[in-house]
Amino acid sequence: MSILVDKNTRLLVQGITGREGTFHTNQMIAYGTNVVGGVTPSKGGQWFEGDDKRVPIFDTVKSAVEATGANASIIFVPARFAVDAIYEAADAGVDLIVCLTEHIPVLDMIAARAYLETRRITLVGPNCPGLLTPGQAKVGIIPGNIAMPGNVGVVSKSGTLTYEVVDALTRRGIGQTTCVGIGGDPISGVSFIDVLQLFEDDPETEQIIMIGEIGGNAEEQAAAYIARNMTKRVTSFIAGRTAPPGRRMGHAGAIVEGGSGTADGKIVALRQAGVTVADHPDQIVDLIG
Amino acid sequence: MNLHEYQAKRLFAEHGVPIPDGKVASSPAEARQIARELGGRVVVKSQVHVGGRGKAGGIGLANTPDEAEAQAARILGMDIKGYKVRRVLVDQQAPGIKQEIYLAVLIDRAARRPMIMASAAGGMDIEEVAATTPEKILTVHIEPALGVRGYQATYLASAMDLPRELWRDFHKIVASLYACFQANDASLTEINPLVITGEGKLLALDGKMSIDDNALSRQTRLAEMRDTDEEPPAEREARLSGINFIQLEGNIGCMVNGAGLAMTTMDVIKLFGGDPANFLDIGGGAKAEQVTTALRLILSDPNVKAVLINIFGGITRGDEVARGIIEALAQIDTAVPLIVRLAGTNAKEGMEILAEAKMETAVTLSDAAQKAVAAAKRGAS
Repeated sequence: MSILVDKNTRLLVQGITGREGTFHTNQMIAYGTNVVGGVTPSKGGQWFEGDDKRVPIFDTVKSAVEATGANASIIFVPARFAVDAIYEAADAGVDLIVCLTEHIPVLDMIAARAYLETRRITLVGPNCPGLLTPGQAKVGIIPGNIAMPGNVGVVSKSGTLTYEVVDALTRRGIGQTTCVGIGGDPISGVSFIDVLQLFEDDPETEQIIMIGEIGGNAEEQAAAYIARNMTKRVTSFIAGRTAPPGRRMGHAGAIVEGGSGTADGKIVALRQAGVTVADHPDQIVDLIG
Repeated sequence: MNLHEYQAKRLFAEHGVPIPDGKVASSPAEARQIARELGGRVVVKSQVHVGGRGKAGGIGLANTPDEAEAQAARILGMDIKGYKVRRVLVDQQAPGIKQEIYLAVLIDRAARRPMIMASAAGGMDIEEVAATTPEKILTVHIEPALGVRGYQATYLASAMDLPRELWRDFHKIVASLYACFQANDASLTEINPLVITGEGKLLALDGKMSIDDNALSRQTRLAEMRDTDEEPPAEREARLSGINFIQLEGNIGCMVNGAGLAMTTMDVIKLFGGDPANFLDIGGGAKAEQVTTALRLILSDPNVKAVLINIFGGITRGDEVARGIIEALAQIDTAVPLIVRLAGTNAKEGMEILAEAKMETAVTLSDAAQKAVAAAKRGAS
C-alpha cells in the first residue's frame, strides 16, 4: 500500500511541452509512472516524443481525461497560467492535482482552495516537489534513485530538504511507503494533518517522518493532531533554527501567530505531542532505526 | 514587499478611506512649504520600513511652518533601527483624538481566508493588548467569493462599542480597506490608529501595507513603488536575478537550492561550530548564470573564508550547477576554498565536471558542513 499515488495512477501532464514539463515527463516515465497524456493548449493532436514512450497531447484537460481515463494531473505551467490549470483539472474530474508551480499569488490560491473545498479533489502544492511512491509511481520531481520501497511515510513542506532526508533513509536501507512534498506556500492544498491521517490509515506505513520549517503554524496544528489522533510513531525535523528573524512590518502577524511560527516554538509543541525531533537531517535515520 | 506609510495611505484613499491631507518631503525646506500649504499645524513623520518610529523619536509635531522645518531637519537623516530616514510625510494634524482604533485586513494561513482584525484599543501598544487581553482583538473571516458583508462590519462596530452615528462611515472604511487589499494583492493592509477625531469623524492616521511578492508581475504600478534605498545593494542584485539572498554576520558563504534546505544548511553549519555568512536560495531550476551571480554575491563579502555549495537536484540539475561554478571561477579570481556537494538530478554528471576541475566535494550534508567549518577555521587563522 501507499498513499495518493501508486501503480493505478493514470497521470496527465499539464505543460508537457515546456522545458521542465518535457524533462520531468521523461524522468517520470523512466521511473515507471503511467503517464497517459499531456495537455498544451494549441498542440492537441500532436505527440510528445519521449525518450521511452510516445504520449498523446490534448488541447484541454477535459478531452485528455475523456480519451485516456486519467485520474491525476500534474501541473508544470508558469505561474500566471497555473491557477487556471488547477481549475481546469478540477473541472475535468481528476481525483488528484499536483501543482509544482511556484510564485502563484496568494489571493489566487485562496480562491482556488475555496473552490476545491466544494469538491472531492485532493490538491498537493503548489510550489512543491510532488509525490513519490517508491517502485510504483513518481508524480513530480523527487529524484527516483534516492528512494526505495519500505514502511516509512515522509511528509514535508520543503522540496530539496525532503530529498535530503529520503536519501539518508535509503542509504541506511530504510525504505518509504510514499514521500509527499506539500509545499511551503502560505496557502496550499493538503496539509500536514491531511497527510498524517492518510499515513495513519495506511496499513503499510509503520512510522512517519514530518519535515517542517519556520513560519505559519501548520507544525503546531499537526502536533495537536498527533497528540489526539495518531497511534503511529512520528519523528520530525524543523528547518530554520538559526534563521535570523525576518523584517516584519505591521502588527498583524505577531497578533495572529503570537509565540508560534519560530523553530523553537514548533519543536516544543511537537515534543509535547510525543514527537522525537532531530537536530539535523542526517540524525533522523539514527532516531527511527 | 513593504510600502511606506505615505504610499499605503494614498492607496487606502483611492479606495475611499479618509486620510489626513499631507505630502512627502525630502528636505526641511520642502517640509516647511508643505506645512504652510496645510495651515501650519502638522505632524512630521519619518518614512522607513520599520515599526516603533514614534518611540524612536521619528515623529514630531509642529504648529508652524518654521517648526515643521525644524522637525524635518531633525528627523531627516536620522537612523531608526538601522534604517536611514530619507523622506518625511508632512500630514495635517488631526483635530483632537477621542479614541484610537485598530483595523487590519490580512491572510489567516490556518483558516485559508482573508481576515479582518479590529480592536477598540488601537494605538502604539496593540501588540501588548493582543498578548495580555486577547479578547479585545476581534476577528472576522472573509469568504473570498462573497467579500466583506455588511453584517460583519456591524458586528465589529457593535462589539467595539463604536458610537452608532459612526457605524455607516465605519462600514465604508472596512469595505474600502478590504477592496484596497484585494485590488493590490496585499498580504496586509493595516490602519493603526484609525481615530475618532475631536469633530467626531473617523480618520486613518497611520497606514501599513505589504504586497504579495508573487503578484508584483501583475501589480506593475506597485512594483515601481519599491524603495530600493532600503535594500542592501547585494540583496537588490540577488532579487533581480531571481535569487533569495540575506546577508548575515558569519564567515561561511552558503549557496543552496530551496529555502528549507538553505535554512537547514545554515543550521547544520552552526551545529558543527561554524557561522553562516548568508542565506542564499538559488531557487528552482537555477541555471549556470544564476550560479555565477550567486557565487559572485557570496564572494563579495570580505568576511567569507569558505563557501559551502549544497545542491540537491530536482528541478535544478547538478550538471548545470557544476558548469555554473566552473564559469564563475573562470570570471572570479578567489583563494577562498569551495566545498561542493551535489546530489539528485544529474548529480553524477555534475560531480564528474567538478572532479575534473579538482574541487573539494562531499557526499552528505554533515560531511560538507564539517569540511566547510574546518576550511573556514584554516582561512581565519
